[in-house]
Amino acid sequence: MNALGIRVKVATYGELEPQMGQPILINDKRIALFKVTSGELYAIEDRSPHPKGGVLSEGLVSGHYVFCPVYDWKISLADGIVQAPDEGRVQTYKVEVLDGDVYVSV
Amino acid sequence: MKHLVMIGNGMAGIRVIEEILKQNNKMYKITIFGEEPHPNYNRIKLSNVLQGDTTIDDIIMNDWDWYRENNIDLHVNEAIVQIDTNNNQVISERGTIVSYDELIIATGSSSFILPIPGANKDGVTGFRDINDCETMINIANQYKKGVVIGGGLLGLEAARGLLNLGMEASVVHLAPHLMERQLDSTAGAMLKNELEAQGMKFLMEKQTAEILGDERVTGLRFTDGSEIEADLVVMAVGIKANTKVTHNTDIFVNRGIVVNDFMETNIPNVYAVGECAEHREVTYGLVAPLYEQAKVLAAKLTANDVDGYEGSIVGTQLKVAGVDLFSAGEVEEDDCTKSIRIHNDFDGVYKKILIRENRIAGIVLYGDTSDGQKLFRMLLKKEDLTGITSTQILQTSCGVGGGGEDVASMPDDELVCGCNGVTKKTIVDAITTNGLTTVDEVGGCTNAGRSCGRCKDLVGDILAHTLGDSFDKDTATKKTLCGCTTLDREEVIAEIQEKGLNSTKEVMYVLGWKNEEGCSKCRPALNYLLGMLNPTEYIDESNSRLVNEKMHANIQKDGTYSVIPRMYGGVTTADDLKKIGEVADKYNVPLVKLTGGQRIGLFGVKKDDLLSIWKELDIPSGYAYGKTLRTVKTCVGKTFCRYGTQDSMSLGIELEKKFERLDTPHKFKMGVSACPRNCAESGIKDIGFVGVEGGWEIYVAGNGGTDLRAGDLLCAVKTKEEAMEMTSVFLQYYRETANYLERTSHWVERVGLENIKEDIADSETKKQLIERLEVTLTRYTEPWKEALENKEIQEKFYKKRQIQVEVN
Ligand code: SRM
Ligand SMILES: Cc1cc2nc3c(=O)[nH]c(=O)nc-3n(C[C@H](O)[C@H](O)[C@H](O)COP(=O)(O)OP(=O)(O)OC[C@H]3O[C@@H](n4cnc5c(N)ncnc54)[C@H](O)[C@@H]3O)c2cc1C
Ligand code: SF4
Ligand code: FES
Repeated sequence: MNALGIRVKVATYGELEPQMGQPILINDKRIALFKVTSGELYAIEDRSPHPKGGVLSEGLVSGHYVFCPVYDWKISLADGIVQAPDEGRVQTYKVEVLDGDVYVSV
Repeated sequence: MKHLVMIGNGMAGIRVIEEILKQNNKMYKITIFGEEPHPNYNRIKLSNVLQGDTTIDDIIMNDWDWYRENNIDLHVNEAIVQIDTNNNQVISERGTIVSYDELIIATGSSSFILPIPGANKDGVTGFRDINDCETMINIANQYKKGVVIGGGLLGLEAARGLLNLGMEASVVHLAPHLMERQLDSTAGAMLKNELEAQGMKFLMEKQTAEILGDERVTGLRFTDGSEIEADLVVMAVGIKANTKVTHNTDIFVNRGIVVNDFMETNIPNVYAVGECAEHREVTYGLVAPLYEQAKVLAAKLTANDVDGYEGSIVGTQLKVAGVDLFSAGEVEEDDCTKSIRIHNDFDGVYKKILIRENRIAGIVLYGDTSDGQKLFRMLLKKEDLTGITSTQILQTSCGVGGGGEDVASMPDDELVCGCNGVTKKTIVDAITTNGLTTVDEVGGCTNAGRSCGRCKDLVGDILAHTLGDSFDKDTATKKTLCGCTTLDREEVIAEIQEKGLNSTKEVMYVLGWKNEEGCSKCRPALNYLLGMLNPTEYIDESNSRLVNEKMHANIQKDGTYSVIPRMYGGVTTADDLKKIGEVADKYNVPLVKLTGGQRIGLFGVKKDDLLSIWKELDIPSGYAYGKTLRTVKTCVGKTFCRYGTQDSMSLGIELEKKFERLDTPHKFKMGVSACPRNCAESGIKDIGFVGVEGGWEIYVAGNGGTDLRAGDLLCAVKTKEEAMEMTSVFLQYYRETANYLERTSHWVERVGLENIKEDIADSETKKQLIERLEVTLTRYTEPWKEALENKEIQEKFYKKRQIQVEVN
């Protein structure tokens, strides 16, 4: 997974619903973009580190965490770290809002 | 950065890498070669896999991502065939050549295959890796007769596995009693009795001379000329260190690769660790000593000070259900030993402590191993027994309080997890400094419990004991809604009603939830409770539902969905079938299948196709994903069947139409059969109807799922109207009293059918239950249609964003 080193506009801030994930496909990279209740945005790889995988964008969002919808792992949106007792980490991406547009750096 | 190369991707080697990464993850570029196609897995648990207690997926310890995250260059399915110590290179079977600065050999060992005629026939296997396990499972699917050669630890675990796989299991053993390296003849005989009672057969003092058969094995011949039939032969006579990679090198090999106290071989920069290594003339076959070696080697490689490895005494247990044994150190008496022996044949308990020069030299426990770790610690520490009576040595905790007291009196340095060398103090410290609350969390921090898993109960006791002071007993045993709150279901309901709370957010805020927005357990539960308590006002929160109920489709492992439209009572029309066929064709649906619920499912549907498929189908959602009424299975009944006494299809269809979409604590299934032959399996449904002459019998709390349970007769009614009414009563009573995610089967077991019958006997209560249900039923709309008509829902849940960017 090589970083492309570019910033891509993926959405406008206003159209994103809080407590929801949005799957975004940038070329062949699957990213899950989340807006949490307090308004922050996070982007993480849309794939659970569980050995059997699974998407994360459909997970239940609580605070700054998402619960993997397939195997119920709790994953921090901020640093991608899977919470104990499970282990692992998902890739995180930088998200910026400029003039109401949302950019993800990939 | 220096380059660290490791040959072997197994338990000991990966523990070295984990320890190195913990110390310093910038020091080495790491490359690992593994002969097996898997990431590192818990080999110990292969016994449990074979015995059906767990699956291969669940024993993976370091998944692919772990290697990726730690930038480890992993080559699986690629054995190293040669080491070139002059040029510091390794060469793989595929011709890959990699140079190293430091080289770890961690190749483990292989099953020792007896060098007898026929040992290479099909159906003869060792018991060492996933592949062997799969071989045995496959053979067990087709054949009956299993023979295990070797009545030691591995052999007996394998034989138990074969029994669980439905095979006959005979164990051939050379010595006069089982596990002679760990047990004396008394304990060996007790073990044999127990295993015979479990269905194992034994051929003692037999030596195999030949394996019979053409291509495949058909039997064994022993040196005494006798024979036995066999379709599968498992060789479990011992293991042999894998040292082949050292051929044509100057690395010194005896039984294993010879290493010093720092796991260094005689060649600079080449180390060996694990079962392939021989240290002070000993090779080990259990993980505890190997993990100690791993620690030393990791410290050595990260230039940390460490005392050398001095060898280990190991304790042995057997992973077979119903057998409790522990053994360590010496087994047989001699002239200089004295022993304490307790043999309670009635309770099946045997304990023998061998004492040499006033110190414990050996332990054999059978039937009750609760003293095992205490005695083992005394053995390891060479505690002087002068002045201690034999009863003190063997003092058990029976009758003296519970596990808590045991834990309290346990010394800090007592080993709790033998496999990983974790003491009580390490665990207590981890709990208090990191605020741990679960056994798995303790495992995450300390490794305790991560190997054979035997110590998990004790870790649980320590956890309870350590947290004990901060929690009173009631809270500790109370079934709270989830970890976010100390309140249980009844308390939450009382608070909701008393304070008029009307959103999950409000509940969590007012009732002081620990996590502001709850978790995947309490959010769906609260959303359910609020809707149940306040059906007219509460606005359902789709964000508090898990993916399936939010998307109105069942997510599958690859992120696609299944679409299962209603087929009321399992009755369909040509028109509906055509529509299903057409969308399946048009959208290239990978699987069209009759489900176990009497209808047709479309599986593997892409998220982007959901809306169009629903639109073209124009059939209501079958709710195959919801905690709600799933299907009503019906038999054809009196309309066609010569035995039918009632119109089962029409009752089924009416039930499904009336109660579809209703939220329930867990999924709810119904069945309607028109006679006691019960072709619709009404006896294993949450509610099931059996037509009899002049009426219906109503069965409840049946379950055909995880814990099979036959339904109980709730009552018999005369008319269809009464049947519908009784269903309303039962459903609503279940909705109001069951825990979230409690199927009717568990609920009825918990509260008792008689109590339920009594509570709903009163006609006024019945009337009110029905009224509340009727009000609730007005809450619902057809979700697929709603999604098709509502732009906002489409945007929110089903929109796809796909962005192509140019990369220069
Ligand atoms: C599609 C179907 C299998 C099939 O190919 O036939 C199915 C598929 C699933 N079942 Fe089932 N069950 C299906 C009939 C059954 C039956 C048979 C029946 O209903 O007569 C049972 C046993 C009967 C019972 O429930 O008492 C059954 C007992 C389970 C259980 C165990 C429930 C229990 O309380 O023990 C689960 C797990 C759970 O609910 O937690 C489960 C869970 C699942 C899930 C939802 C697992 C999941 O969360 O992803 C499966 C979804 C697959 C998918 O990709 O959509 N499925 N499942 C059947 C759908 C019937 C339908 O038309 O709605
Ligand atoms: C069924 C079973 C049950 C067990 N139960 C217990 C138990 O209850 N308690 C306990 O403590 N221990 C138990 N053990 C023993 C324990 O699993 C081993 O001691 C431990 O796995 C040894 O670790 P290792 O790293 O030395 O070897 P392994 O885990 O075997 O790893 C070595 C790896 O190196 C690979 N390899 C070999 N040669 C090459 C090569 N040339 N190139 C590349 N790769 C190579 C092998 O394929 C293997 O994957 C059990 C073992 C088995 C088989
Ligand atoms: S349950 Fe009875 S009535 Fe229904 S199909 Fe079977 S035999 Fe016929
Ligand atoms: S004793 Fe084996 S995992 Fe703890």
